[in-house]
Amino acid sequence: MEEKVKRNKNDRVLYIRDLNISFHTAYGTVRAIRGVRLDLFKGETIAIVGESGSGKSVTVKTIMGILDSNGVIDSGQIIYKYEDEKGEKHEVDLVKLPQKEIRYQFCGKHIAMVFQDPMTSLDPTMTVGKQIMEPMREHYHISYHEAKERTIELLTEVGIDNPDKRFKQYPHELSGGMRQRVVIAIALACDPDVLICDEPTTALDVTIQAKILELIKDIQNKKGLSVIYITHDLGVVAKVADYVAVMYAGRIVEKGKINEVFYDPRHPYTWGLLSSMPDIDTDSRRLFAIPGSPPNLMERVEGDAFAPRNPFALNIDYTEEPPMYDVGGQHRVASWLCDPRAPKVDMPEDLKVRIEKMKKEAELYE
Amino acid sequence: MSERREPLLHVENLKQHFRISRKYTTKAVDGISFDIYEGETYGLVGESGSGKSTTGRSIIRLYEPTDGKIIFDGHDISGKLSREDEKYLRTNMQMIFQDPMACLNPRKKVSQIIAEGLEIHHICNSREEINAKVDEVLDRVGLSKEQGTRFPHQFSGGQRQRVGIARALVMNPKLVIADECISALDVSIQAQVVNLMKDIQDDMGTTYLFIAHDLSMVKYISNRIGVMHLGHIVETGTTDEIFENPIHPYTKSLLSAIPHPNPIVEKQRKALTYNKEEEGVIYEAGHEHILSETHRVLATDEEFTKWNNN
Repeated sequence: MEEKVKRNKNDRVLYIRDLNISFHTAYGTVRAIRGVRLDLFKGETIAIVGESGSGKSVTVKTIMGILDSNGVIDSGQIIYKYEDEKGEKHEVDLVKLPQKEIRYQFCGKHIAMVFQDPMTSLDPTMTVGKQIMEPMREHYHISYHEAKERTIELLTEVGIDNPDKRFKQYPHELSGGMRQRVVIAIALACDPDVLICDEPTTALDVTIQAKILELIKDIQNKKGLSVIYITHDLGVVAKVADYVAVMYAGRIVEKGKINEVFYDPRHPYTWGLLSSMPDIDTDSRRLFAIPGSPPNLMERVEGDAFAPRNPFALNIDYTEEPPMYDVGGQHRVASWLCDPRAPKVDMPEDLKVRIEKMKKEAELYE
Repeated sequence: MSERREPLLHVENLKQHFRISRKYTTKAVDGISFDIYEGETYGLVGESGSGKSTTGRSIIRLYEPTDGKIIFDGHDISGKLSREDEKYLRTNMQMIFQDPMACLNPRKKVSQIIAEGLEIHHICNSREEINAKVDEVLDRVGLSKEQGTRFPHQFSGGQRQRVGIARALVMNPKLVIADECISALDVSIQAQVVNLMKDIQDDMGTTYLFIAHDLSMVKYISNRIGVMHLGHIVETGTTDEIFENPIHPYTKSLLSAIPHPNPIVEKQRKALTYNKEEEGVIYEAGHEHILSETHRVLATDEEFTKWNNN
């Protein structure tokens, strides 16, 4: 498969460096994000994968400037590059800007977000049309008629038939899939460069999920958007992403091109995630489950946060945090197993068989 | 599974209608029939609004069924319930709900939540007996005795769902209705819960009616599957029959919508779509076509020949 995005340094739209975020709660400080580094290039789709509580939502909320009030950015940079209406290039550090400023200047206009549950992210007292027009009228100060024309166009674009009729309807009159299409239309209203999708399909069922994912992909190809997906479903990731970052307990433990991570996973956590995906082709009667549950980030994490759940953990995993190892290509892994001094540990046998099968199947498509 | 035995649950032509106004009635479940045998798992799948949850709720009598017959272990539990039948139903059929936070009383300790059923039905003779039973069931679902003294909010999502399972199991039920009990959980935790349910079935011989919209998980747990769409069971069969040889286009579209964790394949695959109006399928006109002893499809004669040739 030829590469769609070259990942050239000059085409970066957004990059995050050494981001550290903690939350002050009544029970102590939670270190939710611990040194995240990530690049987003023009026209690329990246997926952030992880369990609930791994910090994937917090990372994107910081980009949007909607971090909860008890959250503090301890250190790090989020650099966003954009062109304004006059075509001039700008570079800003979103961490240094006050949250209000991000919301007025960038949210909706440059960076837009699609949330998980379409019923809670839409205003039940406003018609669909009015909600889609709101960001356009706010950011570009255009007239009602112009906005309405554009809204009807958008509704058609996201695959809603009868847009004139839908324009006047309220969210409760639409089905779940339709509502999510409206949310996508709102996100696209101001022609953003970056679209963040926070579990856009978890509240929908499988048949609708496939349609929404295909819709986002079509729009992305048409407009050259960069998309960040947040999800815990690896099937969705395989469908949409060019680049994957696997997060665990506030750190990125493995990242790389989708094919590198899916066909040659190196981190034991990624092994666990891939093995626990139900596979409709196998006849095995038992599903693999990662033992235990994610760590409490209230306590200081000693060494590798995954070590207590990791059957392959080395002694050093309990005392020291592993650095990021370069394992070739774009593939980076934070695991002591990739150290040249570490004993050679192979991935579990079941997973190996499964990946071999996946590769064979993939050859048929190439 | 031998099919000759008497079914544990026999549902015949079950209808559940909701009257919205004088002119309009929602036919959530419109004449479905199926059997569940002892010790097996029957998976009911379909999109939201297909009536699968309503079916579960009608069977356990959270609703009054409009029409039809439900026979549970020799007791007729449709229509007006006699005192004995109601007691039998309430103690022998249990339910696990979707959202583990919403279905647990936040003001009660976990051990109190689990013991509630035992107390109401006067199953145990003494406090000690109740406590012993609660401890045993907590251990069964992988929680410690000490965790019983905590409140639901002190648990993670997966642990809360274990509490929900423990509450259902403590009554030692014959049939457990699991209504989307894993949809709200993370993938890795889903696997833990599904494995736990299977282990319990192996040890105690519990029968499950497993309601879900995710076919891939249903495959792991079910012996037989019923596919529901708009209040009708359009296809039913053993897990292998449904996955290897689906006949109904709706089943095919559901199967193709499952995303595979294989990037090269998944990027080029397009999901099949199914639109009842475009295909001109009318469920009311169809009747059951029998492909094998277990595999049945709802279709008219022309539809059946058409689908079979594809």
